[in-house]
Amino acid sequence: MQYRNLGCTGVKVSPLCLGGDSTSKETQLEILPKPTGPSEISHQAGTSATVKRITLRINGAERVIEVEPRVTLLDALREVVGLTGTKKGCDRGECGACTVHLEGRRVNACMTLAVMHDGQQVTTVEGLARDDGGLHPVQRAFIDHDAFQCGYCTPGQLMSAAACIAEGHAGSDDDIREWMSGNICRCGAYAHIVAAVREAAGSGDGEADA
Amino acid sequence: MRDFGYARADDPALAVAAIAADSGARLIAGGTELVNLLKDGIDEPELLVDISRVPLTGIETGPGGLHLGALARMSDVAASPLVRRDYPGIAEALELSASAQLRNMATMGGNLMQRTRCPYFRADYHLPCNKRRPGTGCAALTGATRAAALFGASDMCVATHPSDVAVMLAALDATVQATGPQAARIISILDFHRLPGDAPERDTILGRDEMITGIDVPASSVTARSHYVKVRERASYEFALVSAAVAVDLDGIVIREARVALGGVAPRPWRLPAAERALVGVAARPGDLQAAIGPAFADARPLPGNEFKVKLAERTVLRALTEVIR
Repeated sequence: MQYRNLGCTGVKVSPLCLGGDSTSKETQLEILPKPTGPSEISHQAGTSATVKRITLRINGAERVIEVEPRVTLLDALREVVGLTGTKKGCDRGECGACTVHLEGRRVNACMTLAVMHDGQQVTTVEGLARDDGGLHPVQRAFIDHDAFQCGYCTPGQLMSAAACIAEGHAGSDDDIREWMSGNICRCGAYAHIVAAVREAAGSGDGEADA
Repeated sequence: MRDFGYARADDPALAVAAIAADSGARLIAGGTELVNLLKDGIDEPELLVDISRVPLTGIETGPGGLHLGALARMSDVAASPLVRRDYPGIAEALELSASAQLRNMATMGGNLMQRTRCPYFRADYHLPCNKRRPGTGCAALTGATRAAALFGASDMCVATHPSDVAVMLAALDATVQATGPQAARIISILDFHRLPGDAPERDTILGRDEMITGIDVPASSVTARSHYVKVRERASYEFALVSAAVAVDLDGIVIREARVALGGVAPRPWRLPAAERALVGVAARPGDLQAAIGPAFADARPLPGNEFKVKLAERTVLRALTEVIR
């Protein structure tokens, strides 16, 4: 797999060793010092000893990737794995465009580092539809209610809406507005988004993850 | 974002040893605060020690009170039926914080470790900020003061602490458990956050080689009637302009004991002990309540432009008391 430059040049990540997984309590943490002096970033997976190899279970499929520690889960999904459905809006946890389900919970993928999630499950908007290819109820409802204009925030809105319904936080329009407030829509499609979430919740078939 | 090393520690002792051994090391748990600081270049650690899988996630209630593990997620604490029943103000404060996504990530310990902030702290690189670059001055003093403190600030820094739940925890006399390379200790939440004084770059009294392991809220007669009211510039997903955490014990409609803490107005949760004393024995009628709490605001020191927050804070306390007694 090609390891792409994520926009940070002229630097090199530091090497490290980890305290392992299940046996960490018995394992001495070994930390190698950060390298000093100029160095060149490696763009090829496997050619740098400083990137970390992790396994993510993305939309049901196991993906082994190599990332620098500073790479966010969002950048790993988009730039390394190549799943660009998850969007980068503010990149500061303020807009919700990057919402994915991590271990079954909705989170902002821009606000966490990919290396922290070795072995964990991620569902992105690409994995929201049914296995048979049928749309998820929130996807159907967003289309039926024209709940978008430009569509940039929509993947995050969909992932947040599916979780919002599964959490039981879509019982009223006020609840939907409050529990969807982490997803900003600059086009102002909010009225239709609320209607779509209300309808998907009413269908009783809006569980977060398949 | 500058590069850094990474190591995962699934045990508090390993985590503390790792940060004690490297002055450039930082703990990361939920990441919702630190990742922002990394992106903005406000913090540039050499090494991140990942404690997100440390199993200190308990939410336990007993005769002695409530114990929250440092790694308990905000959303899990807010959803706990026992917390909602016996400590409702804690659940309210949590659910009025951030967004659903961030609450699924952010931990209770990390919530307390948020930096105090004002619009200048995270703003353009060249703006003076003693907190971000010690010695450069405070742009807020003569700038946009809407978010600035009313209490506890200094001429070096007027930023306020952003946490909601810390305000409720302060009202309920919570304590913070911390562990370090030498020993564990217990810190009152009222002492945990520093006033800026002449060193606004330091937010808490926690040593850089210490880690929060838990939060304890002692059982008391006021916890079941605890309540949090947050006033913001928009209806949801925003920091408090002002907020009030109250808790009362009642004899009919007469207040037997009261706790009052303010958020959004100081570098740390700001208790109003004078108001608490004055409220004892007061009947829960708006006029009487207002007369009791008003004098506690005589110490407020607003800046030009945020004088309105004094009256707003008083009215927020009044609303919180009125709602919790109703």
